[in-house]
Amino acid sequence: MSTHASTPASAHAAKNPGTGLSDRSSASDGAAIGKATPARPGPVRRPPTTTIGGLVLRTPYWIFTGGLAIIFLFPLAWTAVASVSPHAGTNQTDGWGFGNYRTLADYQAGIWQYLANSAFVSLTTVVLTLAISLLGGYAFARFNFPGKNVLFLTTLAILMVPYATMLIPLYVLLNQLSLQDSLIGVALVLTMFQLPFSTFMMRISFEAIPRELDEAALVDGCSSWTALWRVLLPAVKPGLITVGLFAFLTAWNDFMAPLILINDSNRFTLPLAVSNLRVQVQGVIDYGATEAGVVVLAMPCIVLFLLLQRHYVRGFMSGAFKG
Amino acid sequence: MSMSLMSGRARRFRRRSSAASPARRGEAVKGWLYVSPTAVFVAVLFILPLLLVVRMSLSRWPLLTGDQGVNAPDNYTKVLDNRFFADSVVFTLKYTVLATALLIALGLGLALLVQESSRWKGLLRASFLIPSALGLASASLLFYVLYSPIAGPAADLMEKLGWTFLGSPNAALFSTVFLIVWRFAGFYMLLMLVGLQGIPAELYEAARIDGASRWQIFRRITLPLLRPTLALTTIMCVTGSLLAFEQFYILTKGGPDNSTITVVQLIYTMAFQGQNDLGVAAALSVIALIALVVINAVQLRAFHNPDEK
Repeated sequence: MSTHASTPASAHAAKNPGTGLSDRSSASDGAAIGKATPARPGPVRRPPTTTIGGLVLRTPYWIFTGGLAIIFLFPLAWTAVASVSPHAGTNQTDGWGFGNYRTLADYQAGIWQYLANSAFVSLTTVVLTLAISLLGGYAFARFNFPGKNVLFLTTLAILMVPYATMLIPLYVLLNQLSLQDSLIGVALVLTMFQLPFSTFMMRISFEAIPRELDEAALVDGCSSWTALWRVLLPAVKPGLITVGLFAFLTAWNDFMAPLILINDSNRFTLPLAVSNLRVQVQGVIDYGATEAGVVVLAMPCIVLFLLLQRHYVRGFMSGAFKG
Repeated sequence: MSMSLMSGRARRFRRRSSAASPARRGEAVKGWLYVSPTAVFVAVLFILPLLLVVRMSLSRWPLLTGDQGVNAPDNYTKVLDNRFFADSVVFTLKYTVLATALLIALGLGLALLVQESSRWKGLLRASFLIPSALGLASASLLFYVLYSPIAGPAADLMEKLGWTFLGSPNAALFSTVFLIVWRFAGFYMLLMLVGLQGIPAELYEAARIDGASRWQIFRRITLPLLRPTLALTTIMCVTGSLLAFEQFYILTKGGPDNSTITVVQLIYTMAFQGQNDLGVAAALSVIALIALVVINAVQLRAFHNPDEK
């Protein structure tokens, strides 16, 4: 059962309805992720047949897949619980509570400072990425200009270059631009690394809109700027949400760029601060505070992911990665 | 490509508006105006650093004093003479093969498992995907605690067995690979699902009518038609694994006994820890860049299907 050769549910159900192995026949899919793979039109589905034999046959499958899901969810759940449970050597020794989060709050510059740093870097990256890729995508999709293909391919080539290869010279370059030790410098670098995905995504978003739409606006006397702002912007909104979501997740979680570009510990971003907090007092590791830090780091990502999973999946469905 | 989609109305509009050449020049100016932020970013933060890293690799360039003039090819010989260079290359390749094989196989397996639409499978998909919302650094910190012989959930068991997750070179490698599989399996599952959707259902039905077994269908239909997706995921996975840094920097710190140092970790160490030599680090960066381009070119060629185009 586990390596069920890929078959659309509908076709398979029609074949062997008795076992009901593959098919719960719930046409409406509860989770948004499910919509990533819409059922293809196929033979009419039969209603689910819940026989005792079917249930028995299905049990190993339930145990197997349920076990897999638990493996994926356990580390997260365990960390969340452990961060509030008592443990020797942490700030939470008796009873349950938020002692570890208090350690985190009081660590050096304080967690609020690090949260603010991370939020600043992430939001700056998101705003810059959205602005640049909106204009760039519009230009690549709707205008002809010399050097268009060279510039587009060069932008995509950013993907080919190792992160470390870029960060060593960027460290020197930002120093020369007086952006050393600066969160703006980190945001600029992260924006640059987002450009291949976001420019590609916005270009295909614009290309998916019928040309008649903006040409009608141009005929009506709009400038290309007004046409973009009034007519096209609403149409590319889903693309913008996907681009913004990826930019935020990348910037919020990035570790290597701030590690190399930031020295002043008051300007650390959250991942850097939490990773440094492990070795707080002479090599003694505060595991409790680390757990709390991981929870604070992971929470916004998981919430955003659950709220916007359709857009997350869209990023891949776009064909951006179809090679 | 999109030019060919031009509507009749647009063509008429064009002709009416003005002669071709000034209109085209106006379009070019506007296009450049809109694309200028992209161009500035690419030029200043991508092209310029790329040229700079080559220059740095050919110059004496200590972290604190900056450029001290050309010294080529000293930096490159220093890289080759570095006592961790060979080990880090071997370890990085070993890790890459292991991580790629596991992620591609598991990604495909999970995709086949949850491919059909049902509420339960939707839930499974979501639970496999949730770890990929986490950053690699957060995930590494999470497993750092999880693997800990003091605070981890298996702490008592580890004490009894006298074995730890990160204690020996092999244990550290496999523990890190598990972390990577946990973090990325859902992501590769998603890419595989996209690929599987592109395979027409009729092919499967025809095969089944012809009496093909599940294994035959998988072997003769799914795998060949999934080739572009497999090529893409393999290239992404190899690239990502060759550049591994965070997981080892946070989880193993290169230990035990410097057995888990990757190439990128070595670049970081050369530049900012101990040696503080940006020139040598730049030289290794250039070597890594060239190696990556070559490896990707080889992969593209290997995956290239002679039947296509």
